[in-house]
Amino acid sequence: MLNFIARRALIALLVTMTVLTISFALTRLSGDLAFAIAGPQASAADVEIIRKAYGLDKPLVVQFVNWVTSALQGDLGRSFLYHDSVAKMIMARLPVTLTLGLTGLLIATLTAIPLGIIAAMREGTMLDRGIMTIAVIGQAMPSFWLGLTLIIVFGLKLGWLPISGVDTWQGYILPGIVLSFSAIPALMRLTRSGMVDALASDYIRTARAKGLSRMAIVLKHALRNAAMPVVAISAVQLGFMLSGSIVIETVFSLHGVGYLGWEAISKNDFPVVQSVVLFLAVVFVLLTLLADMLNAALDPRLRTQ
Amino acid sequence: MRLPSIRMLAAGLGTGIVVVVLLAGIFAPWITPYDPFAHNLDARMIPPSFMEGGRPANFLGTDHIGRDYFSRLIYGARISMLIGLATVVTSGLIGITLGVMGGFFGGRVDDVVMFAITCRLSIPLILVALAVVSLVGSSLSVVVLTLGLLLWDRFAVVARTTTMQVRNLDYVAAAWAAGCSRFHILTREVLPNIAHHLVVVATLEMALAILLEAALSFLGLGVPPPLPSWGLMIAEAKEYMFFSPWIIMVPGISLFTLVLGINFMGDGLRDMLGATRDV
Repeated sequence: MLNFIARRALIALLVTMTVLTISFALTRLSGDLAFAIAGPQASAADVEIIRKAYGLDKPLVVQFVNWVTSALQGDLGRSFLYHDSVAKMIMARLPVTLTLGLTGLLIATLTAIPLGIIAAMREGTMLDRGIMTIAVIGQAMPSFWLGLTLIIVFGLKLGWLPISGVDTWQGYILPGIVLSFSAIPALMRLTRSGMVDALASDYIRTARAKGLSRMAIVLKHALRNAAMPVVAISAVQLGFMLSGSIVIETVFSLHGVGYLGWEAISKNDFPVVQSVVLFLAVVFVLLTLLADMLNAALDPRLRTQ
Repeated sequence: MRLPSIRMLAAGLGTGIVVVVLLAGIFAPWITPYDPFAHNLDARMIPPSFMEGGRPANFLGTDHIGRDYFSRLIYGARISMLIGLATVVTSGLIGITLGVMGGFFGGRVDDVVMFAITCRLSIPLILVALAVVSLVGSSLSVVVLTLGLLLWDRFAVVARTTTMQVRNLDYVAAAWAAGCSRFHILTREVLPNIAHHLVVVATLEMALAILLEAALSFLGLGVPPPLPSWGLMIAEAKEYMFFSPWIIMVPGISLFTLVLGINFMGDGLRDMLGATRDV
């Protein structure tokens, strides 16, 4: 087990180093950063001043080493635009994104797991097919359009929920629903297939032979065995939701990490762009590491792979 | 297969939708009644002809600068299909190459491929795509290339696992025994026998690419205006949606229908070709 964790942790570290490189290379795609920051109207002298001020006159290798060494110490540099510490800016925005992600995950699990269980119990019937079709329909929904539609219906026509911002907790409901759509199909499929396998196994037959009620069999015996992989995939889905919340944060004007990234991209604030990319990637890596460990704790066969 | 009818119906419906959108895109210049770029400030925000205040000349109404919405929608179909197909070709080439190599050679090669997949998955997709398009400059080809370079992971995962299954089968052993070259075995024995799995992945990825292009265009960093991308149409209509909700419904429902159609078609193909369920 320790061996397994050590190997996974090493891979996670290697992935982080790769993302450090990619995020650095990404912001150098435009060729001349100083020129991009100064804008098309700036004179050559202004561009030179900016180049010096932001340390862009140093060789690329030096810039890269500086970025890696300070990032590993938790220092992500300063925003070109706000002259504030980027790490502090991200931390200030994190609660919004995290609350949104967890709301989305909560809605997704509360919808997907019961539906997955019902589909598995009625495997092969119309009900099963119908439920799995819902998953396909959910997958096809463009998130930003769904967000705008919900704003029109529940915010404007019915007036039930706020249409933007998170001054109250109700502000998280609509964006949470939209975000949950991205995780529901995967969670539902996994719950269903896990339950189908569990329900077909010997211990369920034994439980049935003992005369246990159907409810007890499904909830106590089958679900317990199907649950762990679902919990593990939930961690991964949370990672996808956190890094994918940028579109939804923009639609609902939620000032989270994704919104910060989008704002930085549209205003050429490169230190913020590369840091947000790095931050979201690291969060994802940690969540998948957690999922790996959960799976390995449950299934010893995985540890030897 | 106790109830094949529903699945067949959905697959047929999906294929029908995809064919209609594809034909609309190809024959856009002949179908559209107006130039999709021509604005007419005297005819702004006219609702669709079947709604109150609509007029028969503009079937789906006009947008905020008086461009015919139906004509823009049809040209938008062209952009969605183009992006979807071109992205799948790009990402398919990358992903299938990587996946087949990893699955076929195993060992160190496979470790590298797995590492590449892990890295790709940890990178925030939309954020990186937005950053690339913003830095390189937005154009149709930049969007295709960016999405193509990002969406190869599922191709790689499926190509890798299916290649591993095929690698040890008898006909591959027979080809080895017959003295076939490695290249011959990869292209003539392995690829044709995993192709049906990859076709299903291609439909999923095409749907995803179309959704992502729309999202990028919606955020203002995808297809550049005045091109009529459905995502861009929704972005431009956003500020008018409170008074005229139809203006975001027309491109939104089109987008949803097309993506749903592709997914239904993919499910149908999966059943028909007996492809793997776990993608």
